[in-house]
Amino acid sequence: MAVLHSAPKYASNDGVEKALGAAIGDALLSSDEKHGELVFTVKRDSIESVLRTLRDEHDYQQLMEIAGVDYLGREERFEVVYMLLSVTKNHRVTVKLSANEDTPVPTVTTVWPNAGWLEREVFDLYGVLFDGNTDLRRILTDYGFEGHPFRKDFPLTGYTELRYSEDEKRVVYEPVKLAQDLRQFDFMSPWEGAEYVLPGDEKAEAEDGDAK
Amino acid sequence: MSMQLEQSPTTDGEVVSNYTINFGPQHPAAHGVLRMVMELDGEIIERIDPHVGLLHRGTEKLIEHKTYLQALPYFDRLDYCSPLAQEHSYVLAIEKLLNLEVPERAQYLRVLFAELTRICNHMLNLGAHVLDVGAFTPNLWMFELREDCLNFFERASGARMHSAWFRPGGVHQDVPLKLLTDIGDWVDGRLPELFGDAMSLVIDNRIFKQRNVDIALVSKEDALAWGFSGPLIRAAGIPWDLRKSQPYDVYDRMDFEIPVGTNSDCYDRFMVRVQEVYQSAKIIKQCLAEMPEGPICSDDRKVSPPKRGEMKQSMEALIHHFKLYTEGFHVPAGEVYVATESPKGEFGVFLVSDGSNKPYRCKIRPTAFSHLQAMDFMSKGHMLPDATAILGAIDVVFGECDR
Repeated sequence: MAVLHSAPKYASNDGVEKALGAAIGDALLSSDEKHGELVFTVKRDSIESVLRTLRDEHDYQQLMEIAGVDYLGREERFEVVYMLLSVTKNHRVTVKLSANEDTPVPTVTTVWPNAGWLEREVFDLYGVLFDGNTDLRRILTDYGFEGHPFRKDFPLTGYTELRYSEDEKRVVYEPVKLAQDLRQFDFMSPWEGAEYVLPGDEKAEAEDGDAK
Repeated sequence: MSMQLEQSPTTDGEVVSNYTINFGPQHPAAHGVLRMVMELDGEIIERIDPHVGLLHRGTEKLIEHKTYLQALPYFDRLDYCSPLAQEHSYVLAIEKLLNLEVPERAQYLRVLFAELTRICNHMLNLGAHVLDVGAFTPNLWMFELREDCLNFFERASGARMHSAWFRPGGVHQDVPLKLLTDIGDWVDGRLPELFGDAMSLVIDNRIFKQRNVDIALVSKEDALAWGFSGPLIRAAGIPWDLRKSQPYDVYDRMDFEIPVGTNSDCYDRFMVRVQEVYQSAKIIKQCLAEMPEGPICSDDRKVSPPKRGEMKQSMEALIHHFKLYTEGFHVPAGEVYVATESPKGEFGVFLVSDGSNKPYRCKIRPTAFSHLQAMDFMSKGHMLPDATAILGAIDVVFGECDR
């Protein structure tokens, strides 16, 4: 497909998928090129050695970001996505793995010191554990916060709200009380695969069945 | 926090214990709500533990509950000092997923305003930095220039700061010709004049140099390992600029230079930004000279809305408008990571789409996160007042860091 967009252009992916796939070796589960970006899915336990290989032998010097994604319903519901950048080859690759609440991911703080906060963030927001990260405290949420707010089953409103209590002369936590319902709009058009049956439509279904 | 007792050579045998202080969260030099727990030995910083997240608003979670277009204004509110630069990454990420072509004039307009945003951001940061280390006047002068930039944004989009002007497929509205000529006059006249005056007070100033030269030295290796980007990596002597190396929009047609530092201290970071202002002015002039006439937004009616006038005539246009502003457009499933050179460094958006009208996940890569994490090792062994200079040279804004 011809590239029409004007998003950042970096060095070509030609041959990189094969070369890096070979370098990752047994740890590679699958590799993919979509939208001009290379994604390698690797085994969870070997992430540290994979990233070390990519840094030391293939010049991906910088770890720019670690992102967590929650795919509720999968057997291993979380994905941890590592974005690597090579400033010498002017190239980016993405390495990812899947994990669960109770399957810790080996830390990569041993490879990049800045992984510390990035892993803390994924832990804080998704509850993915990082084995070997010595400072796995919460980072973005409040001191003493409970739960992992970016999980898909965590409500947008949260469970608690804060206010200053004049009686107690301090800020108190209370269960969320909404003055009006949270506005959730159903955008799916009934003509394009809505998951509900419009009133009256069940008759049409029944007639179809009779005709057959 | 554990107290450490040790013999100090400077106190003549007296035992001095380390002590811990809180810097922030309400501190004028913290550039927002940063709390740093500092362990000091006298006035020497032994360890810093920055606590971030005091401005965490759950932007990424909110974006998951909005359509693509409704999520756009959240990006203005991340780094509120350079709003259009954040929008840039987001619209490019959507366009990459859609593989959407953007008209040339829109690309020029975006580059023009992204550079104006860069100047606007640097005016604030450079001013705040000199204020942090004790000079007052330059900040006031540079706020004049920042005010000019905000007025330009207002004339283009109607809003001074939170413009929401970049849209998937182009920009929201065309700019009046008078605005472009005014920007041209400003870049030729007022900007170099006033900025030059302000800088002449600072860059050779003895006190300013005492406070910044040789403070927080970072080697090239460390800069790479700690995920530095933007002016911080360039100050470390690595000529890395995404506008040059991974050009987006029409940056590949622009002729500009990448200023780099030699010493990688706070002074170099400051000077890199000063030079970037002049380079941005150069880019703005080229944009104004080369900008073609033409449409300012994609004519793909499944993504960008029709003009109001068209809607009065055409039923089709009315339907498109209605669909776009209620349901929004659907983005094909996939995931992309798009990073642009924001004034503060690499600002990235990792966008995961499941084919619906809302992002499944939108991870924002803040520039300040990696830089602030390095605060501990950059400050080690420096004096307490140096912490404000180091923080000023990082250029951190908490709307973006905490999201």
